[in-house]
Amino acid sequence: MDQLAFIADILLPALWGGLLVTLQLIAAAAPFGVLIGAGIAVGRVYGSRPVQYFSRAYVAFFKGCPLLLLLFILYFGLPSAGISLSPFTASVLGFIFCNSAYDSEYIRGAIKSIREGQFTAGLALGMTRGQVIRNVILPQALRRAIPGLVNEFVYLIKYSSLAYMITVIELTGAGKMVATRYFTYNETFLVIGLVYLSLVTVTTIGAHLLERRVAVPGMASGRH
Amino acid sequence: MDLAAILISWFPFLLTGIVATLGLVFAALGVGFVIGLPAAIGQVYGSGPVRFLVNVYVWFFRGLPLLVLLFLFYFGIFPALGLGDVSPFVVGAIVLGLHGGAYQAEIFRGAILSIGEGQMTAARTLGMNRMQAIRHVILPQALLIALPGWSNEYPTVLTDTSICYAIGVTELLTRASVIVSTEYIAMPIYLACAGIYLVLNYTGIKALHLLEKRVSIPGFEAGSN
Repeated sequence: MDQLAFIADILLPALWGGLLVTLQLIAAAAPFGVLIGAGIAVGRVYGSRPVQYFSRAYVAFFKGCPLLLLLFILYFGLPSAGISLSPFTASVLGFIFCNSAYDSEYIRGAIKSIREGQFTAGLALGMTRGQVIRNVILPQALRRAIPGLVNEFVYLIKYSSLAYMITVIELTGAGKMVATRYFTYNETFLVIGLVYLSLVTVTTIGAHLLERRVAVPGMASGRH
Repeated sequence: MDLAAILISWFPFLLTGIVATLGLVFAALGVGFVIGLPAAIGQVYGSGPVRFLVNVYVWFFRGLPLLVLLFLFYFGIFPALGLGDVSPFVVGAIVLGLHGGAYQAEIFRGAILSIGEGQMTAARTLGMNRMQAIRHVILPQALLIALPGWSNEYPTVLTDTSICYAIGVTELLTRASVIVSTEYIAMPIYLACAGIYLVLNYTGIKALHLLEKRVSIPGFEAGSN
């Protein structure tokens, strides 16, 4: 009974504030992750040599560098170069870099799965390369990339907890403070875990709905 | 003292961190394998309760952030079990293993399911029991098919080890941070640290590709059976 009172009166109110910060982190990072990821993917497939080279280096660096280290670089490292970011901004930037690198891999795979003939056909119809990519290739590729992008979104939810390591008091941080103060590590982290599990579950269900909503009838993947 | 001299003087210190990081990677992949493979077998061939248990395990360890798992085990579960003085390194390796095991279970499950069902029936017809069929017929093929997916676990686990910083494991990132706070130079140290991670990442992936090529059987690929 004591534990229930602790959870209801102390833990949940504290977690609520943290949850809002976590949601803000995700909402700020996810759209740019997809947008930049799409840009990097297009650059890797259709770009000139230097663009391809840059995109590959971008992906290699941000996939290979641990996210926590990236956050340290942005938050503790950049001030020595004269750029001071707030913990929140540094976190969002780090998430965008990391997320876009992984997103670009899924989008690149999806672009490559679109038949080359479509590109030629678009050009034959008088479209420019940019127009073909924007109006023919990407609308199909992005739909096909949805399952992979959802995967990355789920990772983003979970890895947003790392923002706590550079002092952002989000869900994990808010819980850690309560746990340390009241010495209730098991209860606190299990409750936090359940919150993350619900976020992940809701996302997965939402993603299925989205996928069905944007599906074009008769265009099941792997047929074109 | 200029930067190069500082880096060189700290290099042995960083090297110990690299050893700890690689130790975490191997321990985590090993623990993950020992848990993930039986979990996958349980998921495919197990009875109802076994399948349920495995599903709960996978759901839990894939749904929670690694940081939360580390805090839960290091500050909560281990002390509650009277294991409060287990070193952070061991806790880190076990948690990374449990976390990775859930992902590995999915990889192995996919590989097992890709083996035609007829093979199990054929093995049973030849007089093998289910265990024998799994051990001598299904797994040798499934493990081969799972290898490319399993290789992808290496870079993930490598970057994940850095999160053990949060419970005070003295791995690469922790040691880099110690240098930063001693020498008051952040950027070059962290970039050097990133460089080390990239090298470890690249070498490991190359080594795994070599292994894949070595163990591959010509004409036997996923979907060919």
